[in-house]
Parts: sequence; structure tokens; C-alpha cells
Amino acid sequence: MNDTILHVQDIYKSFDGNGVLRGVSMEIREGEVVVIVGPSGCGKSTLLRCINGLEVIDSGSIYLRDEKISGRTKDLHLVRQKIGMVFQSYDLFPHMKVMDNLLLGPTKALNKSKTEVEKEALEMLERVGLKEKAYALPRTLSGGQKQRVALVRAMLMRPEILLLDEITAALDPEMVSEVLNVVIDLARGGMTMAIVTHEMRFAEAVADRVVFLEDGMIMEEGKPEEFFSAPKTQRAQHFLQSFTYASKRDKKSDKNNFED
Amino acid sequence: MDGAFILAHVPDYLSGAWVTLRFGLYGVACSLLLGLLCCLLRYFRVPVLRQIAGGYIELARNTPLLVQLFFLYAGLPRVGIKFSAEACAVIGLTFLGGAYMAEAFRSGIESVDKTQVEAGACIGLTMGQNIRYVIFPQALATAIPALFANVIFLIKETSVFSVLAMMDLMNVADTLRTSGGRTVEVLFMLMVTYLLILLPVSVLATLVERRLRYTGFGN
Ligand SMILES: Nc1ncnc2c1ncn2[C@@H]1O[C@H](COP(=O)(O)OP(=O)(O)OP(=O)(O)O)[C@@H](O)[C@H]1O
Ligand SMILES: [Mg+2]
Repeated sequence: MNDTILHVQDIYKSFDGNGVLRGVSMEIREGEVVVIVGPSGCGKSTLLRCINGLEVIDSGSIYLRDEKISGRTKDLHLVRQKIGMVFQSYDLFPHMKVMDNLLLGPTKALNKSKTEVEKEALEMLERVGLKEKAYALPRTLSGGQKQRVALVRAMLMRPEILLLDEITAALDPEMVSEVLNVVIDLARGGMTMAIVTHEMRFAEAVADRVVFLEDGMIMEEGKPEEFFSAPKTQRAQHFLQSFTYASKRDKKSDKNNFED
Repeated sequence: MDGAFILAHVPDYLSGAWVTLRFGLYGVACSLLLGLLCCLLRYFRVPVLRQIAGGYIELARNTPLLVQLFFLYAGLPRVGIKFSAEACAVIGLTFLGGAYMAEAFRSGIESVDKTQVEAGACIGLTMGQNIRYVIFPQALATAIPALFANVIFLIKETSVFSVLAMMDLMNVADTLRTSGGRTVEVLFMLMVTYLLILLPVSVLATLVERRLRYTGFGN
């Protein structure tokens, strides 16, 4: 039986002659949470954007289940309906109430009935603690609240896989955990995810597998307990050391509590 | 000022105002459609048509309406293309207005963050749905002041319709002035009538803008 959801096969991507992804291959199985880490500029965002076709790859191929999704120019929206993506900047639609943000995809892209989705949306909002904000405008929400809404918006499409690109990077420290707890919840519920993050403790907590990317190549890959305590490559060791210093430095202000 | 003269000619001005307003609004409506079309052609980088739209916009914005109308009304018949004066008025105003409206729409669309477009794509919307539900409403909010300014500008520009021998406001006044000679009364009424047409549009523009500010988006 093949339970591979996403298969990235030797992809290359360059911008203006700069190789940003240089032969990246990876597989994500159903229900698996893969965390992608690596220094700034190593190509993490580009990798996620290539997966749902926001960037066009130069070579290689990408499969979702058994369907080749790279190299298409037509009906990309059908592919994106099955791939959820959330960015660091939330990107809620500012002219729509929270509920309309949530309804748009399912009712317009998937043609679902409004009453059915609205009920589902309210349930999900309740799960992330935002039921009372269902009919508020996005600008009245805090960053953490917006990002939880963005997660619900992506999840309501019932995607096969969710791509998260540094979704807490723009948040004030005290709001980080309320968002990450939602992600942990989704992971427990069996959601397949590819997560880019600089929150190493979160990465360790949520990952089934960690992928270390540097200079557009996967340098190391392994279980989180192995990767974080005993990285095999020197580059990963260096990378993790830079984080140890950083987290020691701001330990006092660190209120993150992923497990409650 | 001669009050009796003014009162006696109110019906003339009303009929002139009706011509100005009617053809002005036809022109405005067609301009909005043409402007939106040109803007979309450029936004989607439609080959060839995009360049045509760009060339048209420059041509229309950099030639006077008066000259455009002469071309339609006096020039084209020489090569066998003849329109009625009314048709020339609407075509001319649309030709001019379309270019200005296209630029207003463009400023609106360009103000919409690229990440908004990506967010719409990421929830599986088609490009058409993305334009309609995500991009256009936000673009419109930004473009509204410029669009209203164009409406007022175009209605004022209708004053050159008189060269088409249409009995618009300007021509009504001209005729009265050359026949009766009461220049002050005639021009006074002309200004007042334009004001009565355009003031409500200005007030509406202010109200709409204020409302947009209050429900303002601001992330
Ligand atoms: N649209 C683009 N045009 C040109 N260069 C780009 C573009 N997008 C990304 N790059 C370049 O590609 C490289 C990788 O960028 P990417 O955003 O994928 O890195 P990242 O690993 O996500 O970094 P960070 O941790 O800072 O988010 C960078 O050098 C960046 O400048
Ligand atoms: Mg990035």
C-alpha cells in the first residue's frame, strides 16, 4: 500500500541565475508532520511555494498522491484546493468578516452549501477559541487571532496536506503559543503537514521528521529526537548551536508553552 | 440682473441640462466599462491587446477632447464613416474617459497586496473568482476617489459637445447670448446649472469616501 501524499522529486529552482533549490527530494506520508528547518535564505519558503505552484520549478517533478502536479499551467486552482497554505502575514481578506473569509473557498471553489460550511466553520472557530469573533472584521483581531482564523480558513478546504511557512514569525511572543497549540492539535488529529519554522522547541514537539535544508539542498533528515540532540552533519550542528545561544539569551521572556 | 429674463429661460436651461446630463452619463458608463477592460488587459498582460490598450490610453490622454470630437464628426465622414452627433458625443467622451478610468482602476489594482492575490489562490479560487471576490473589492475602495474625480471631469468636458451642434447646456447659453445679448444673466445661469448638476456628485463622492474610510480595511 502506498500512503505517500506528497512526493517531491529532484526539484531545481533558480531566481535570476541563483540556484535556490538544487535537487531537493522528499516524501511526506499520510498523517506525517515534516518540519523543515535551515538558515535564512536557504530556500524553505521557495520549496513550499513550489509545491502549490506559486513558483514554477525549473526541473524535477512533484506528485500529490499519484497525480503529477508540477509543470501544469491549466487548472492550478484544482491542485491548490487540495493543498492548504498559511503564511507568516496571515493574509486574511480585510474587506470581509471572519466568516466570509472562511466561507469563500468552500462555497466558491468547492461549491459547498453555505449553511453546511457555516456550521462547520463555527465548530472549528470554537475549537480554536474564536467563536465570538465569527462575524468580526479582521482588523479588530490580534495577530494571534488572525493567524488562527487563517489556519481555520485553510482547514475548511479539507486539504490533503497543509503547508505552514513561519506562521508565528510576525507575532508578538505572547501570541506564539496560542497559534502553535492549534497546529499541535491538528497534528494530533492526523493532519499531514509540512512546516517551516524557527521555533525549535515547537519543531521538536510537533515533528515526526525533521528536514534540514541548506543552500537549497537537504543536508540532513531524521527523527526530531535524533536531529536535535545529535545532529549528524557539522552544518546542522552549527545551525542548531546558533539557536541554543539565541534561546538561552531570551529564555526569561520565553512564555511559549506548547503542551499547556 | 434681469430676474424675469432668467425665469423665462429656465425651461431652455433645463432641456440643455438634460442633454448634458444624459450624454454625460452615457459617456461615464461606457468609460467605466472601457476603462475596466483596458485595465484587465494590462493586468493579465494579454499579448497584443495589452499594447493596444497602452497605446490607446496615451493617445486619449494626450489629445484634447475637442480635437477628438472634430476627428469623429468632421474627419471620419471623409473616409465614409459617419456617426450622428449624439453618437459622436458618446463615443468621444468614452474614448477620453476610458483612458482616465483605466488609470484609476490600475492604481486601485496595484494597491492590492500581492499576498492577497496569493491568499486567494491558496484557497483554490480560480483567477476569475480571485479578481471578483478578493482583488476587485479592495481595488475599488482605493480607486473610488479617482473614479469620482473622473466622473466630474467628464461631465464638465461635455461642454464641448456644442461643437457637434447638440443643444447641451453650453450651446443653449451660447445661442441665448448671441441672440439676446444678456451676457451676464446667461452666463450666471450657465454656471449655476453646471453647479446644480455637479455639486450632488461631489457630495456623493465625499460621502462614499468617508464611508470607505470608516469601514476602512487597514490590516
Ligand atoms: N521571487 C524571488 N525573486 C528573486 N529571488 C528570490 C525570490 N524569492 C526568493 N528569492 C531568493 O531565494 C533565496 C531563498 O529564499 P527563501 O525565501 O526560499 O528562503 P527562506 O529559507 O524561506 O528564508 P527565511 O528563513 O529568511 O524565510 C533567497 O536568497 C531569496 O533572496
Ligand atoms: Mg521564508
